[in-house]
Amino acid sequence: MTASVVPADGDGSGVGRDRRRPGDGLAWLVALLPAALTLYFATLLPAVAAGESLRFAAAWVPSLGIGLTFLVDGLSLTFALLISGIGAFVTLYASLYLAGNPQLGRFMLTLQLFMVAMLGLVLADNVITLFVFWELTTLASFFLVGFDHDSPKARRAALQALLLTGAGGLALLAGLILLGSIAGSFELTEILTRGELIREHALYLPIFILLLLGAFTKSAQVPFHFWLPNAMAAPTPVSAYLHSATMVKAGIYLLARLHPAFSGTDAWIWSLTLFGAATALFAAVVALRQTDLKMALAYTTVMALGTLTMFLGAEATVAVAAAITFLIVHSFYKASLFLVVGILDRQLGTRDVDHLGGLARAMPITTAAAAAAAFSMAGFPPFLGFIGKELKYEGALAIASEPLLVAGAAVLANALMVAVAGIVAFRPFFGRARATPKTPSEAPLRLWIGPAVLASLGLLFGLAPSLIADSLVQPAVAAILGRPESIKLALWHGINLPLLLSLLTFALGLAIYAGHGALRRALATAETRLPTNADRAWDGLMDGIKRLAAWQTRLLQGGLLRRYLFTVFASFALLVGATLLITAALPAALTWPDLLFKHWVVVALIAAGAVTTARARSRLVAVCALGVVGVGIAMLFVMFGAPDVAITQLLVETLVVVLVAVAMLRLPGLEQGRRAAAGRHLDALLAGSVGLVVALLVLAVVETPMDNRVTAYFEQTSVPEAFGRNIVNVILVDFRALDTFGEVAVVAVAALGAYALLRGTLRRRSP
Amino acid sequence: MEPVLAILVGLLVATSVYLMLARNVLRFLFGLVLLSNAANMTIFAAGRQTSTAPPLVPPGLEGPVAEVANALPQALILTAIVIGFGLLSFALVLVFRGYQTLGTLDSDAMRTAEPLEVPSETRSEPS
Repeated sequence: MTASVVPADGDGSGVGRDRRRPGDGLAWLVALLPAALTLYFATLLPAVAAGESLRFAAAWVPSLGIGLTFLVDGLSLTFALLISGIGAFVTLYASLYLAGNPQLGRFMLTLQLFMVAMLGLVLADNVITLFVFWELTTLASFFLVGFDHDSPKARRAALQALLLTGAGGLALLAGLILLGSIAGSFELTEILTRGELIREHALYLPIFILLLLGAFTKSAQVPFHFWLPNAMAAPTPVSAYLHSATMVKAGIYLLARLHPAFSGTDAWIWSLTLFGAATALFAAVVALRQTDLKMALAYTTVMALGTLTMFLGAEATVAVAAAITFLIVHSFYKASLFLVVGILDRQLGTRDVDHLGGLARAMPITTAAAAAAAFSMAGFPPFLGFIGKELKYEGALAIASEPLLVAGAAVLANALMVAVAGIVAFRPFFGRARATPKTPSEAPLRLWIGPAVLASLGLLFGLAPSLIADSLVQPAVAAILGRPESIKLALWHGINLPLLLSLLTFALGLAIYAGHGALRRALATAETRLPTNADRAWDGLMDGIKRLAAWQTRLLQGGLLRRYLFTVFASFALLVGATLLITAALPAALTWPDLLFKHWVVVALIAAGAVTTARARSRLVAVCALGVVGVGIAMLFVMFGAPDVAITQLLVETLVVVLVAVAMLRLPGLEQGRRAAAGRHLDALLAGSVGLVVALLVLAVVETPMDNRVTAYFEQTSVPEAFGRNIVNVILVDFRALDTFGEVAVVAVAALGAYALLRGTLRRRSP
Repeated sequence: MEPVLAILVGLLVATSVYLMLARNVLRFLFGLVLLSNAANMTIFAAGRQTSTAPPLVPPGLEGPVAEVANALPQALILTAIVIGFGLLSFALVLVFRGYQTLGTLDSDAMRTAEPLEVPSETRSEPS
């Protein structure tokens, strides 16, 4: 019970606190789940590498065409391996990183939930199933970002991410349903074969925009980028896992997945290229500005997502191969670097780059892991990052539409990446040692094993790229382009333009690194001059929504009975009136009936009674006029063959007048709360409109042909089956006896309620 | 007869809406009575007035001889009248009790549940 009142630390990391509970020491066992999943997915590699795609299906809602169907092809397997593999290391890491946190169990559970949701997202074949898992990752992300729920910052970031990606998710759902309806199936395997039909459909552009909204919010593209840096309020393992390696790539996955059906149009090429390039450049510049290592990494993630989007805009095989290779490279090095930053934070008590330096001696393994990851990030040979970068340049030059724009953006973004790699992975470990809150010491095995292995993989795959070229990259590219492809990855391509661009990148990157102190100051000054930024605009939007809600609540629900009624009646008149006009259900022509004089007299009586009631200032006049209306209606019933109804009407009308008169003896007159003249006129206008709409409605109803079958049935069966000659009575007590029973129950409940209300007064009066 | 009934229903609804929008709850009650009547007349009009003969089966026969008035709407109206009466009685007692407790019939002054103060605007969390 004490656990719930212990405030969490700034990072939720439980640093400096040890409240281990029994079983916490075994938390690392949870990592067996993702590890086992990784092994399982690895067994699928040979089949997928051979060009097969595996499908698993289970019925879910067959009537709506929704099934739990899963597809394993090159693209989904690449993602699945990254998700489960990195998941294993992150879980292992978190079991120690968060040890002592009273909420460790909850954290582990949510982390595994997220992993399962993410796997479902990338493996789903049915787009509705995909959407369900998509939303589950959003929800899991909400709980993980807001894990440190005592901190307002974490709560705000969690809510912001939830609202933004949730809104994008709604757009995605609409897009997917439209897509399914024009393609005639919700299965991706079916949809992707109908690219021709989809691209030429009139709804292509709306669907595309809706899907883009979903993908761009999830994958933090400008102008929806701001939630991702804010989500760094999450514990570091979460940032490493969700916000760099997996969840934020869900949007990228979606774009890659839909590539065969949607790509090639101008809309696709331009929106992906421009938004991707803008995101990459913007984020790379802002990343330089950060001193918090985690924030710097967050912005480079945004940059990477922009780059991926930009390359998915292209048709060229090599561009798509660049995207997939870079995706793998990025997942390895970015997860490693995040985990390294977490180690620094935990071991030293700070992650501000200005307070770190010369740690290589005290933390050799961490330093080595960080350096390996940073080399991959900067794209130095022989790391996989180098191959990724060369491919990017080759891909950029192969893009037919805008090679200069893409290549320029790629070079600039990569140069900034070299600089950021230096800031994140060089400055803290080399150079002059600086005073830190805690004495530097090497991290325990469970912390460094993840970054060390992931960074080593970047080196291993760089040295032997064929390890992933045939089994992952080639099938993934084939899945994205929807045609078989042959991809070869190699470190050395000979001296060509991409290599020259690489050299240019290094030179530019080192120059930026050398001058980054001045650059940072300049950027900081520039930032203060900006009138607003996306984050502040978001706050403005949220406050605006709240103000709108408060305003409309005050307007529509001010607690005044009259205003509620006015709203209800006005909505009724507007909506029903508009519907009558739009559907052209207005009565065509009035066929004036030939009525006898007595009929006109009764109708005039009722009308006069109603108007008098409305205008009466004296209670007695009002009650009398009310009686006139009631009796008039009873007379109408008599004249048109409804004597039973007439009798009941007369009885009830009499009772009403008596009851109201008795009550009035103890009530004041009608003068209380009289409306002002202007208000009365407005009310009269509304009342007239409602009356007009109702009159038109009834006229339209009586113009439609009469269907008499039910009445005819009652007439024919009343005597033979129910042995009654009064058909109305037979209907009431026999055919519709349950209705009558209900009616009796209503009156009984009303009587009980009235008694309960009056009981207090009755008792008070009795001595 | 149906077009005349339709216009009559419109008039009854108009007067009842006018009364229900009043601040005085006794007027609101009068509006309620008129609205019940208007609803009953709507059902009646929808059943058509083709015959003035009551829906009865003469002795010795299995069904009505000539055309009789539509029996179904009559049965529905009978139910509606009684329920309308139940509603009115309860509303009347509510008004009566409300006056005893609050000392007013002005609905604008009955604000125990929703006091007049404007609710303070909810601020966003400090960032």
